[in-house]
Order: sequence, then structure tokens, then C-alpha cells
Amino acid sequence: MPARVAVLGGGVGGTLIANLLVKELGNEVKVTLVDPTGMHHYQPGYLYVALGQANGRWLVRDERTLLRKEVDLLVEKAVKVDADAQTVQLGRGGVLDWDYLVIATGARLAPDLVPGLLESSHEFYSLEGAQRLREALRRFRGGRLVVGIAGIPYKCPPAPVEFIFLVEEHLRKRGLRERSEIHYLSPLNRCFTIESASKLLQPMLDERGVHLETFFNVDAVDPSAGVVSSLEGEKLEYDLLVLVPPHRGQQVVVDSGLGDPSGWLPTDRNTLNVEGHERIFAIGDATNLPISKSGSTAHFEAPVVASRIASLIKGTAPKTNYGGRVMCFVETGNRKATVLRFDYEHPPAPPRPNSMWHVAKWMFNRVYWGVVPQGRLPERMPLPIPEGRSGT
Amino acid sequence: MTTANVTRSIDARGMPCPGPLMSLIGAIREGQVGDVIEVLSSDQGSRTDIPAWVNKAGHELVEVAEEEGFARFIIKKVR
Repeated sequence: MPARVAVLGGGVGGTLIANLLVKELGNEVKVTLVDPTGMHHYQPGYLYVALGQANGRWLVRDERTLLRKEVDLLVEKAVKVDADAQTVQLGRGGVLDWDYLVIATGARLAPDLVPGLLESSHEFYSLEGAQRLREALRRFRGGRLVVGIAGIPYKCPPAPVEFIFLVEEHLRKRGLRERSEIHYLSPLNRCFTIESASKLLQPMLDERGVHLETFFNVDAVDPSAGVVSSLEGEKLEYDLLVLVPPHRGQQVVVDSGLGDPSGWLPTDRNTLNVEGHERIFAIGDATNLPISKSGSTAHFEAPVVASRIASLIKGTAPKTNYGGRVMCFVETGNRKATVLRFDYEHPPAPPRPNSMWHVAKWMFNRVYWGVVPQGRLPERMPLPIPEGRSGT
Repeated sequence: MTTANVTRSIDARGMPCPGPLMSLIGAIREGQVGDVIEVLSSDQGSRTDIPAWVNKAGHELVEVAEEEGFARFIIKKVR
């Protein structure tokens, strides 16, 4: 009888793990992927939708088309995991039994945690939000644009600063830059969580005339007055407000009693086991790991989890560990970009922005569908990744 | 003031930057005026980030103590 693996979530990590498992184990495994929508979103593209550079239709595909035929897809909600009984209760009343479980349910946006945010602020962390922001930018005729982060952790850490660089260029091209002020609210005393990246990016924000407001932890928004206020006691007026909403783990994690108070899964940083559960793994945004919540992280974690589950099924010693590997492109405007490559032990040393990394990001955006979910992206191609950073 | 006055303790040892600071900010957000929060951090960046944030946010940095391999910060929420 084949081992039964349940995968919750059809994002980058869940899809890749499901495909890798059936590819490696064939008839020895029965993989069932559960996803509430059955649609796979390429979330890094939302940024470009907001700026009118991409069509939302390019960013969504039927999950079934990305899975190998041997993987079963259930399009319904996972309601509750019973770790002892090794079951998942499903939204339509069914129960899925498993021998091994992968929780790849991602993060949810929680704008309701900041008073006034839902009514007042735009975002580019959902397709609908990005489309609304595109319309708001189209109507914008100059004024004070305030961009910020309303809670850490959040997905794709470079995205807000990328948005700043690209929207500054966007306003310049439309002849609105002289009539606009751009303010960037950072919860920290620098523009980015990672210090080495901040050292590169902060002077570039200065050059573009962006006002960096440090230690501005968004506390509330007053939509009628057009004012955003901080926990530190500052207030700033805005004409157009774009805030990354607070993020939390998914309800199924909370309801299953597996998460911390914010809904993140306590996860072993190397084995990617949910702590205390040998047969349950977590990857991607759903974990509590102190690394980027990004598709790149899930992409590098998935082969580790697939390999460890395969070893458990075969009764052999696990061969791989996750070393914290992440790789993120960072658009810096003017058709240039840089790249952050790092792991638990090696902070990034980003190169000066250049056109090569910008082209690489655009290429990646286009080839994603045909290579990443299927595990066809070779380790070192088409993008150079330094040796000794895989942690595997 | 001693650790006996502490109303909430956060052990952020092993947590990389900005984890310890964000944990403190979360505790201040959830806490009441008068709360005394202890943060233990092994991250070097906390030595500058935490005092700078406490100063900016108008709270009181009661004590910074160097321990074996980590620092202990005592912060009082004053507004």
C-alpha cells in the first residue's frame, strides 16, 4: 500500500513538493493536495499589476495544470488537522487520512488589525488590491504618496522598497514627480530588515528624493482626516496611502492548535518539521522561521522536505537539511535591479544595481510557470547562485 | 529596579535582527502603561536598535545589563 501524503496549500511550496514526491517515489506514494481555490497565483507579479506593467490574467493559472497527473487535487478548505489521528477535516465534511503531512498554507492578510486601514489604504499584496491601486495611481495627479509597512513579518520583504523605486519612476514619466512627495514608513531605524541591503538601498532612496520615516510602526489610520499615525506618536498626512497589511498564519493552523499566537507554525530551521511532530512538515510563509516569507524560500525548502519524506517512506536516513537559502531580486527602477542571496550563516552582499538583474527578474517572471512548480529549474541555471550556500 | 518588577519577559536569544526589537514593539503595543518588559537578546544590533527605539517612542530604558553571551534590557511603558 502506498504511503499517503497530504499537502495543504497549492502555492509554490505545496505544488513543488507534490510534484517532486510523485516523481521520486512513483507507486510508493499517494499524494493529495488540498487547496481552497484550486487557482495558483504568481504573487511577485502583483507589484507590476499595480504599476500597469502586467495584466492580472498572466498571474493566475488552474492548479491542476501545474500538477503531475499522479497528484490528486481536492479543491476545498482544510478546516482542522488532527495530529494524533493523522487526519485533516475538510470543508465539505470529508476527512483525509495521511501518513505524512505538509502544511504549506501560506500567510493571510490581516488589515483589520490596524484601525482604519481597511477603509483607507491601498495594497499590492492581493490581485484585487493591486488592480485597485493601479486605478488609484491612474487617478493620482500629484500630492503626498505615503508607502509603508504595517507589520513585520510580511511577505516578500523587498517588495515595498521595489514599489517605491518603481512608483517614483512612474510619477517621473507621467510628469507628476515635481508635484509629488514620496514618504516611506519603515518600522525599523533603516529602510530594510537586512543591514547590508539597507546600506545599498538607503542612499538610492535619498538620491530619488524619497523621505524615509524610520521607527514608524503604524498604529492607526484616520481616513476622514487623511492621517496615518504611529505607535511612536508621530502623525503624517497623506493623499494616497499604500500600506503592506499585517500578516498572520492561516485559521486552519490556529484551529488545529499547531501555531503560535500569530498563527505561524513553530518549525525546526533545518529539518522543517513542525516542532514535536516527526510526520508533519511546514514550508514557506506558514512557518515561524526568521527568514524571508517568499516564494523563493518555499522553492528552496520544498526539495528538502520532499527528500526527507522520501527517506522516511523508504526507511533510509534523511540526506538533506535546509540551510536558510533565499534569493530575491530587488527592482531599483530605471530598468535596473540587484539581488539578495543569503542563508542562515551568510548575510547578503548585494551587487550594485544593473540591467542584467532586471532582465533576469523579467525572465524569471516569464519562465516561472514552466519550470518552478515542476522542479525543472536547475540549481545553477539560468541564474548564478554562489557555491556553498544551499545548506543541503 | 530589579527583574522582580518585570511584568513580561521576552527571551529573544538566538533570534536575529530585527526579531528582538519587533518582539518588544509587540509587547508595548499589547501592554498597559506602567508595564515593565524584559528583553533578552544575543543579537548585536539590539544594543543600538532597542535603546534608539525606546528613546524615539518615549518610553523609559530602565536598565541594560551585559550577561554571558547576551544583553538584558528592562523597559518601562510610560505612555
